[in-house]
Amino acid sequence: MADSITLRVSRYRPESETQPTVQEYEVPLRKEWAVLDGLNYIKDHLDGTLSYRWSCRMGICGSCGMTVNGEPKLTCGTFLVDYAEGPVRVEPLHNFPVIRDLVVEIGDFMRKLPTVSPWLVAAEEPPPDGEYLQSPDQMDAYKQYSMCINCMLCYSACPVYGLDPDFLGPAAIALAQRYNLDSRDHGAHQRMDVLASAEGIWACTFVGECSTACPKDVDPAGAIQRYKLTAAMNSLKAFLLPRAAR
Amino acid sequence: MSEGVRYQEYHPRWYRPRISTFWWLHRRSYLVFVVRELSSVFVAWFVAFLLLLANAVAQGDAEYRRFLDWSASPWVIVLNVVALAFVVFHTITWLNLAPRAMVVRLRGKQVPPVLVAALNYVAWAVLSALVVWLTLG
Amino acid sequence: MTASYDVVVVGGGGAGLRAAVAAVEADPRVSVAIISKVYPMRSHTVSAEGGAAAVIRTGDSLDEHANDTISGGDWLCDQDAVEAFVAEAPKELLRLEHQGCPWSREPDGHVAVRPFGGMKQMRTWFAADKTGFHLLHTLFQTSLGYERIVRYDEWFVTTLLVDDGRVQGVMALELMSGRVEAITAKTVILATGGCGRVYPFTTNANIKTGDGMALAYRAGAPLKDMEFVQYHPTGLPFTGILITEAARAEGGWLVNKDGYRYLQDYDLGTPEPKPVFKSMELGPRDRLSQAFVKEVEKGRTVDTPYGPVVHLDLRHLGAEIIEKKLPFVRELCLDYEKIDPIRELVPVRPVVHYMMGGVHTDIHGATPLEGLYAAGEVACVSINGANRLGSNSLPELLVFGARAGKAAAEYASTAKDPAPLIALLEQDERRRLDHEMIHPDGGRERISDIREEMQQTMEAAAGIYRSRESLAKAAEILQDLRHRFRSARVEDDSRTFNTQVLAALELSCMLDVADSIVQCALLREESRGAHQRTDFPSRDDERFLAHSLIHRNADGSSRVEYAPVTITRWPPGERVYGR
Repeated sequence: MADSITLRVSRYRPESETQPTVQEYEVPLRKEWAVLDGLNYIKDHLDGTLSYRWSCRMGICGSCGMTVNGEPKLTCGTFLVDYAEGPVRVEPLHNFPVIRDLVVEIGDFMRKLPTVSPWLVAAEEPPPDGEYLQSPDQMDAYKQYSMCINCMLCYSACPVYGLDPDFLGPAAIALAQRYNLDSRDHGAHQRMDVLASAEGIWACTFVGECSTACPKDVDPAGAIQRYKLTAAMNSLKAFLLPRAAR
Repeated sequence: MSEGVRYQEYHPRWYRPRISTFWWLHRRSYLVFVVRELSSVFVAWFVAFLLLLANAVAQGDAEYRRFLDWSASPWVIVLNVVALAFVVFHTITWLNLAPRAMVVRLRGKQVPPVLVAALNYVAWAVLSALVVWLTLG
Repeated sequence: MTASYDVVVVGGGGAGLRAAVAAVEADPRVSVAIISKVYPMRSHTVSAEGGAAAVIRTGDSLDEHANDTISGGDWLCDQDAVEAFVAEAPKELLRLEHQGCPWSREPDGHVAVRPFGGMKQMRTWFAADKTGFHLLHTLFQTSLGYERIVRYDEWFVTTLLVDDGRVQGVMALELMSGRVEAITAKTVILATGGCGRVYPFTTNANIKTGDGMALAYRAGAPLKDMEFVQYHPTGLPFTGILITEAARAEGGWLVNKDGYRYLQDYDLGTPEPKPVFKSMELGPRDRLSQAFVKEVEKGRTVDTPYGPVVHLDLRHLGAEIIEKKLPFVRELCLDYEKIDPIRELVPVRPVVHYMMGGVHTDIHGATPLEGLYAAGEVACVSINGANRLGSNSLPELLVFGARAGKAAAEYASTAKDPAPLIALLEQDERRRLDHEMIHPDGGRERISDIREEMQQTMEAAAGIYRSRESLAKAAEILQDLRHRFRSARVEDDSRTFNTQVLAALELSCMLDVADSIVQCALLREESRGAHQRTDFPSRDDERFLAHSLIHRNADGSSRVEYAPVTITRWPPGERVYGR
């Protein structure tokens, strides 16, 4: 194994540039090092001006998403040895405005998230004294969709979002489904309008890249297609039995 | 939108790269996706062809023979062969993805996706066999 | 000046979100803002794995939970606070369940509980092994439904604005633009978490730099029990990533290089094939970490390029249990050690994990500084005393987050508006930041060098075992480092998302916090819980059954005083495990 590896890092300094540039750095190639360790080495020893987000370094906080050799990845869980010859291209996530270097602006997602009412909508009766009962099987029905760490890799991978920034997006819809499918929730009706809108599920053309990119196996593409079925059935029911739907 | 969030929607110094018109050529998965979507054009062609056939039959024997002659011309045959390939591709990709949309829960547990896909394939085979029997039998 | 609120919460993790929601629920007229240096779902609460303790089983009792906590804390816990805590924990966890938190369930649909270190009964609720993740996301998503809570995401609070003996707001730096604004408030609640990054090997995320502790300390509020730093016995070598105590609760063993369950040599019980409450691997974290150090001294640990380790043996649990109850643990071992715990031993070592000490508060989350509150790991109430039991800190966030939020809202409803003089303080702070940080003249020292030296010093001097020489030396080194910090080099002169300035601000907080740890450790001449002195190996209730309180003097030096521990129904006794 070689001693070191080249990282070709995208730089963008808005005060002095209109376009990103690429800067090359040589970092040690250690078998335990993730791309994030390489970036930290650059910042600590080579170039303190490099800006990027990171926090937990264990794949649970979702901060460190970047594009590595063209793929959206969590840099804390992407290992340098897997790119052993190098160079490794590190760029910001796609489909988001770049604020600086490897830092992107995710305000769009943060604005969209509350619109799907991503919280448990309780029934009208007051909750029981103890817990709502929920069997392990009932939890399995939504568990997968509750694993989203909001890392935005899915938005970065989605060409629809790239072309149409008004698209609600994979993570937001998957989170809505997490609550729709939770046996304790009664909010499916109030989420319907936002989800079944033109910029909701119907903007999705099932490219499926979001699920490929997802580091937590949430399968947002599956969540969206399932809701297409649900929404279509709801429309059909409303058409055939207008009184019942109301 | 609620007052509760302090996010800027736009800042002139943020860099927004333009998406190239040929974005779909940049990744194999995107290319396969676009081909899959374009295959629906050929599905539409088959529907149109079927309607033309039905119309020809309705108009009587002479019209029907004219239609068959036309269908035997080389470019129509080539078109239909190509269309068949795309329609088969369309069907296989559709059936493979069906379990992602159709999640069935029986007695509290999820039916394995492979089984859902398999049942779809079986239904396709059965219906195709039925059509063959009706037309050729 | 940007804006004014009744309650400003600094920190958007479990405690901060809970406090904000409690404040708006307590008083519908109160305006609340959360200022967080990261988006709330990135807060370190997200990394917690094992579980949250609260009494729900019949046969369990609040008194037992209190007793376990108090003895686990080596009697340094304020017992009135513990009694309130154990009583409110079940209500808080239940409230979270009603808000959608996916607690793991028994087949009959009831919430499941698991055993945990130092607990006599099973009372630890869990959401697979990602309890903190599910807790934080439930809290965050629920908070989105409260439109009145205003959020400032990716704003770093640089100082508390204090006038007339009252906290009247904060100065904060917006990371995206570099602008510095005053945000005035009638009350400020600190919920900024702990300070694990003061040490080199820690489970803590990069953001855990003791910011709130430094803010309070500099504003004149005392820090309490800073010498009590918890080492978690099972962190992965090199990364320090946490392998949850739940792995041991489900039956994992700790073995040394001879495959021997060494904990039996340290008065922690006799080895049984299945886990026994409060025995062996389910002993308290301080004793397990201390056992590791002794094993290193005896030469019975395994050497790796990243230091000595022992092994966590999960193989006998079987694939089914590991995949069902410890899936995240398996994922972490596979990703970061390339080891499958179903078939192989996992290398582990003690790493810094939690700060028992923090900003001194009463049981309502109020600090002695008027208008200033604190909750969560940043605060020290104290319910954890000299050593925290696992699965007590998540309910702590909720119980004291709620209390602080409610108390702050009540105070704010009758408090005067912040004084107009605050505008002058705003100018002062802008000038200070511009001169000292953002446009330094010259600068020879690398921030990362100073930080690494601080971390190495702390690990050597204020680690699991301490002595007067090591601590005195550390105090000198830290003094020198703070001096060198004044010529820290900030090469990044951009105003846009300048993470080097952020690193410098965080390092300045860490240096203050590190010094307070060392000063308090130097003066506590006894061994209690997580604070072990080789020169004073026994517990000394006569002199030190007391909290240490460190205050900042006007000239920048510190003084340490002692305050009594509140004892209600559990007189100090012997900590017994395994017997």
